[in-house]
Amino acid sequence: MLAYVLKRALSLIATLVVATAVVFIVLEVLPGDPAALMLGVEAREDTIAALHRQLGLDQPAPMRYAAWLAGLVTGDLGTSYTYSVPVSELVSERLAVTLPLALMALALSVVIAFPVAVIAARNRGRAPDTSIMALTQLGIAVPNFWFAILLVYVFAVALRLVPSGGFPGWSEGVGAAFQALTLPAVALALPQASILARVLRSALVDTLHEDYIRTARAKGLTRHAALWRHAVRNALIPVLTILGLQFSFLIAGTIIIENVFYLPGIGRLVFQAITQRDLIVVKSVVVLLVATVVIVTFFVDIAYAAVDPRLRRR
Amino acid sequence: MPLIAVNRLNLSIHDKPILRDVSFKIARGETLGLVGESGSGKSITALAMMQLLPHGGKAEGEIRFRKKNILQMPESELCRMRGRRIGMVFQEPMTALNPVKTIGAQISESLTWHFGVSKREARERAADLMDRVGLPASRFPLERFPHQLSGGQRQRVVIAMAIACKPKLLIADEPTTALDVTIQAQILALIKEIVKKDDMGLLLISHDLAVVADMADRVAIMKDGEIVETGPTGSLFANLTHPYSQSLFEASNHVPQKRVRPVLSIARRRTEPLVKVEGLVRNYALPRRSLFRKQPPFTAVDRVSFKILPGQSLGLVGESGCGKSTLARAILGLEEPNGGSISVLGRDPFSARGKEREAVHRSVQVVFQDPYGSFNPRHRIERIVAEPLFLLRGEIDEGEKRRRVEEALLNVGLSAADKEKYPHEFSGGQRQRIAIARALVTKPKLIVADEPVSALDVSIRAQILDLFADLRDKLGLAYLFISHDLSVVRAITDEVMVMNAGKIVEHGPTALVFDHPRHPYTRLLVSAAPDLKTAIRRRAKWEKKAGVAVTAKRDRMTPGKGET
Repeated sequence: MLAYVLKRALSLIATLVVATAVVFIVLEVLPGDPAALMLGVEAREDTIAALHRQLGLDQPAPMRYAAWLAGLVTGDLGTSYTYSVPVSELVSERLAVTLPLALMALALSVVIAFPVAVIAARNRGRAPDTSIMALTQLGIAVPNFWFAILLVYVFAVALRLVPSGGFPGWSEGVGAAFQALTLPAVALALPQASILARVLRSALVDTLHEDYIRTARAKGLTRHAALWRHAVRNALIPVLTILGLQFSFLIAGTIIIENVFYLPGIGRLVFQAITQRDLIVVKSVVVLLVATVVIVTFFVDIAYAAVDPRLRRR
Repeated sequence: MPLIAVNRLNLSIHDKPILRDVSFKIARGETLGLVGESGSGKSITALAMMQLLPHGGKAEGEIRFRKKNILQMPESELCRMRGRRIGMVFQEPMTALNPVKTIGAQISESLTWHFGVSKREARERAADLMDRVGLPASRFPLERFPHQLSGGQRQRVVIAMAIACKPKLLIADEPTTALDVTIQAQILALIKEIVKKDDMGLLLISHDLAVVADMADRVAIMKDGEIVETGPTGSLFANLTHPYSQSLFEASNHVPQKRVRPVLSIARRRTEPLVKVEGLVRNYALPRRSLFRKQPPFTAVDRVSFKILPGQSLGLVGESGCGKSTLARAILGLEEPNGGSISVLGRDPFSARGKEREAVHRSVQVVFQDPYGSFNPRHRIERIVAEPLFLLRGEIDEGEKRRRVEEALLNVGLSAADKEKYPHEFSGGQRQRIAIARALVTKPKLIVADEPVSALDVSIRAQILDLFADLRDKLGLAYLFISHDLSVVRAITDEVMVMNAGKIVEHGPTALVFDHPRHPYTRLLVSAAPDLKTAIRRRAKWEKKAGVAVTAKRDRMTPGKGET
């Protein structure tokens, strides 16, 4: 098991290095001089050159890559061209919104999907199953921004239970912050929970047909005990894959929901940075997102091995 | 009083009748063998006794066990009975165990579940059980997972689970069908010993008459959901009265009529061989265990030499993993050897290129074990059978192609019209005929048949063996016939090679090798293979001595009435 974890960790690091190189090269090749952009069209040649020196843009590319990599490791991501604040500050500020939101949405989708899937699998082909299947189909089909607007209308406008948008910041108290994140988390969780529930249900239905479930029943286990003791863990493998993909998506793909709820999250940051050619921010955020995906995959791999002993020797 | 009595059991699944008026009894310490071909209802009978029927199953009648009718027990009572009073061993040890739980946890589970003993005590008892089934805890710790054990070892674990609560009745559904003969002999001996020691009743379900004759005190023969004949093993087999039982018995002993004289390599030293294999070696690299030392490779085929003469039928026997299939793949040109040489019709299939190579492939064709897995279900039979004609592209036109396909189908006993159909429209035996037709279509000199009848019922197996013999007469084909089943090889081959751990340990005329085996491994293999005739003889003698002189006739179909 330890050897397996070490092997995975090595491949994690290798992937990260390759990813940073790709991000750096792509942004290098793209046209657009940030210094010229910052100073405007009427800037003089020598001011641009001075700014180049100031930003370190006059160095050869490999040097800049090395410096950037060293900065990534030490947490110094450079200074944003447009905001003139350290990128690390900008990113961590936004992550303080996006990360709790993603975790809340993920937890919510697991909490919804699990019991729903188990109920559906246990009643396969009967009314509870077919209605759950229909509902989850709807959950996947309805766009989450539309659902978000609906949530705002019901819970913020009509019932006045939660604010309709914006984020007060964690300094205003944990309660207020969580209140502000509740509706977006629900809106994000619903389609995810629907997908998860369907995957888990079909995995459970498959495992319930396995020979070892029959063996467990022949031992005297009730239907219920056989499901919980022998089917659930075996059905987890495809679910883990989906969970990993969903978490990565929730970190990077929440821009629409952030816009609906006026949340200052990573998605909006990167969108603004792109339109303003704030390449240093784009670069950092992209690397951050890549790192998230790779690290999540690493943990999913470890979880596979924890669930299934057959994978541990590889 | 019998331990369990099944009385007029009728069973349907989604209103389709499966079992009709099935009745039998099993006394304490008695073994009843339930024999029949696939689809006869054997396994469903066992599942009915456990009330683990598939969805839509409905049973009527009575299964009396400990004064109660199992069919009327509420689910909670059934759960207390399953595993505790009736234990069950299944056919597929590879899938019967939960892959993500340790074997210790799986064996002790029924103890904690039924008796509420502490986890620690259950583990101690699990270790004892492992000991009892021949997996001593010193060599097989309870923390092992199923994938770390071989098939035979897994079946021992399944048996340990089934007997953990000391049930009164054990149901074993084809417990050794998926295992090699020597392992089969060990597992059967283990079941016999356990049943005798604990005075259990045993319902042994099998398609193999020899296994049943060896194990069972009494036998019930099942066909299409009905028991057609039942009685004490020896006397029942001595005078079978039902036509189905007679045909089953005949098929189990079936030897195709040999019309050509056996082709023996000793007698024809000067004949140019079709295939000549010399010093063949095939290695597989093993994954590294340590960063610094390379694992020595696994030698699947180890310096093997032999010849196949034109028209010769050569058998290759050995247990799973001995290298049979690797050898076959090498001859087919699918697996390049690491050493030694192969020549097919004087050419090396690996260095030959283009037309030369195609000529080699054309003259050697193959029939696999699984007729289901080797067809594309979305292709018509014509396209499936015509596939190897790719090797003749440019040489024959569409009309000739069609004629060849039709001819091949007729040769294997199907009709030309069958070429329009899809694989799912055929039975298992017919599909194997299609596979043979596909092999015949290029007019080969040699057919490599890798376990071609292992997946088939005995009566179908007999027909396919006849077909192989007929085709050889008619077309002068040579065979390399690979099987783990000695009786099949005996029935159809002139010469046999016995393979063990990558080496050919014995090679000679088939009858001579099997009747007078010289190598210790051949002897082991021959003695482990269940033999119907000797088993029946032994049973009959024992029954005569014990005075179980019940004629099969009187014993037949008397549900509910007393048997002696």
